[in-house]
Amino acid sequence: MSRYVITLCHGSSCMQKDSQKLRQAFEKELEKKKLSEKVKINLSGCLGMCSHGPIVIINPRYTVYGKVTENDIPELIESHIIKKEPFKRLAIEEDHLFNRFYRVFGDVKFFGKQMRIVLRNCGIIDPENMDDYLSVRGYEALAKVLTKMNPEDVIREVKKSGLRGRGGAGFPTGIKWELTAKENSDEKFVICNADEGDPGAFMDRSTIEGDPHTVIEGMIIGGYAVSSNKGVVYIRAEYPLAIKRLEKAIADARKEGFLGEHILGSNFSFDIEIRLGAGAFVCGEETALIHSIEGSRGMPRPRPPYPSVSGLFGKPTLINNVETWANIPVIILDGADWFSSIGIAKSKGTKVFALAGKIANTGLVEVPMGTTLRQIIYDIGGGIPNNKKFKAIQTGGPSGGCLPEKFLDTKIDYESLVAAGSIMGSGGMIVMDEDSCMVNIAKFFLEFTQNESCGKCTPCREGTKRMLEILTRITKGEGVDEDIVNLKRLGTMIKKASLCGLGQSAPNPVLSTINNFMEEYVEHIKEKKCRAGCCQGLFAYAITEKCIGCGVCKKVCPVAAITGEPRSKHKIDKNKCIKCGLCVKACKFEAIKKA
Amino acid sequence: MIATQDEKSQELSSFMQKAKESDHPDSQLISILHKAQELYGYLDKAVMEKIAIEMNIPSAHIWGVATFYHFFHLTPRGKFAISVCLGTACYVKGAEDILKAIKDELKIDFGQTTPDGLFTLQETRCLGACGLAPVIMIGDKIYGELTPKKAVELLRSFYKK
Repeated sequence: MSRYVITLCHGSSCMQKDSQKLRQAFEKELEKKKLSEKVKINLSGCLGMCSHGPIVIINPRYTVYGKVTENDIPELIESHIIKKEPFKRLAIEEDHLFNRFYRVFGDVKFFGKQMRIVLRNCGIIDPENMDDYLSVRGYEALAKVLTKMNPEDVIREVKKSGLRGRGGAGFPTGIKWELTAKENSDEKFVICNADEGDPGAFMDRSTIEGDPHTVIEGMIIGGYAVSSNKGVVYIRAEYPLAIKRLEKAIADARKEGFLGEHILGSNFSFDIEIRLGAGAFVCGEETALIHSIEGSRGMPRPRPPYPSVSGLFGKPTLINNVETWANIPVIILDGADWFSSIGIAKSKGTKVFALAGKIANTGLVEVPMGTTLRQIIYDIGGGIPNNKKFKAIQTGGPSGGCLPEKFLDTKIDYESLVAAGSIMGSGGMIVMDEDSCMVNIAKFFLEFTQNESCGKCTPCREGTKRMLEILTRITKGEGVDEDIVNLKRLGTMIKKASLCGLGQSAPNPVLSTINNFMEEYVEHIKEKKCRAGCCQGLFAYAITEKCIGCGVCKKVCPVAAITGEPRSKHKIDKNKCIKCGLCVKACKFEAIKKA
Repeated sequence: MIATQDEKSQELSSFMQKAKESDHPDSQLISILHKAQELYGYLDKAVMEKIAIEMNIPSAHIWGVATFYHFFHLTPRGKFAISVCLGTACYVKGAEDILKAIKDELKIDFGQTTPDGLFTLQETRCLGACGLAPVIMIGDKIYGELTPKKAVELLRSFYKK
């Protein structure tokens, strides 16, 4: 009987930091110390604590260790398991979001400000072990549905729960199911949208990597509710680990009779197939995604007809995002009443966010709807590092907006975020500090959407290009007075006239930064100044007091803009300088700064 | 063992044979292109022609699909593909400086391969390793928390391999 359990995080970030080698090293060391019998090694999905990786947790004692290397293992085992004392040097003692939730997990529903429904098993179970999933009430919801509920009951329950699409648009899930169920057809499809394309968002990947069976179970229940026999998971080819785990999970589920003919002895049959994307952002849009599964260019088409009427191969199709599917087993097991007690107003349940950018704790967080942005950034995220000042938070990826400090007390729900000028989106959340230039950020997002625009409709194809040209000019210091008016006019037009969600939301980052950070646009255009020092052409290099006068910068400068006597502080002639940055790279004393 | 051209061609054919037996053969095109790229490293015109004939899909359609998706390459790749992540988190943490350092070091631009056939430079959207930003991917390994200096050192370490 194992007395100790060592859990190794096997998420992508930790694996990149060689968590794979750790397992072997642990096994070797345990063998050497003759402890193999007493200690069990578990692999888990992403624990959401990526900046401290690789992460190791040892139970009992619930100690979380970070940045563990192979060389630390003998000492770690000696201390924690033999001497029964936590190994201080690597233990993460801080009141980290994960730490807090792990200690109390299983006893109470709330752990700090976080609440895990979608990620309930991520980091707890071994994603490649089906028994692990079964031990946490896995496939119980499916059994309940097949034995005690008819399809109408299931739809009624999902409707009552108030669950809304987690892909971003927030369409009520139950209504979508009902619409698909109503259609009469010989064949229907259920699709899981795992084409997570927003830069900075990785919650779908983590959900699949950490708990693939939940998504599968959700899809089978969905198939039962709308009487479909065929499911398709459309997943990015860029997620090899998630694909591998999903493939294994599907094969295991098939073996145990959760997928295939006559599931659990019932009359219901359902199977799931994986289809790979090929790197096109627009394929996250449902009609584009369907075209891609059909083997064509992933271009959207006008709706209606909605996929619930005419979707994959012209058949009624139910399409939901990974996170939405992962909520389904919980709703069935614990009931719609319980689920709808979480969250506020018209937004129920929780939402997973991928917290990134200039924030102390990067990683995944899951919070109940109605949590404020401030709570996420400061209470959970640990605030802005290096004593920098908060400037903006970007939600909803390239389709969302940048919100300044005055919106920090906005409650997170679909409507409030829209009212503030952003959107919920799929859950990317990027924090920016004073060193980020808002014009440049807007340009960055527009570059992305411009590049990903499929080219089918003119407003999106041409309009975003014109907007990008204007923004590029502004960041080069060549902006003119009419630019802001033109950007606003173009932006509004693109939003109104574009065919799909990509175009309809592409101007959001620009419009929201104009609304909230007008002064920066004006500075760029009128004073030719970039306060964050980001926009080349709008800043100058200067030599600081750190200069010891070694003369290296003078030698590398291609335009001889640097002057100065040996062993005394050098100077840059701003008129001659072409801002190539060679001097910055050459300086060994970090004495050259943007000013 | 490295597969010969004939073996690759045969493997692709048998993959397509299986696809043809599925419910909607045409819908398998993207997985066939994935397979072809996995075998050959890129999508040669001749390979696409072969797919067109064996699957009975117009080659114009195949060309359209292959050019639409970023994942497919139409030219040979270097031994090591360097993907510079230009996702938001990396961008905020200075991906542009990393990119410039790499471009200066290798003297190539996006989509190009170094004359020695060693490196191909490509940009990529978020790799999902935002906690380690800024990151680049060489082959299938991610290198994180880079500075321009570290990036150049990293590239130089590959010359030896």
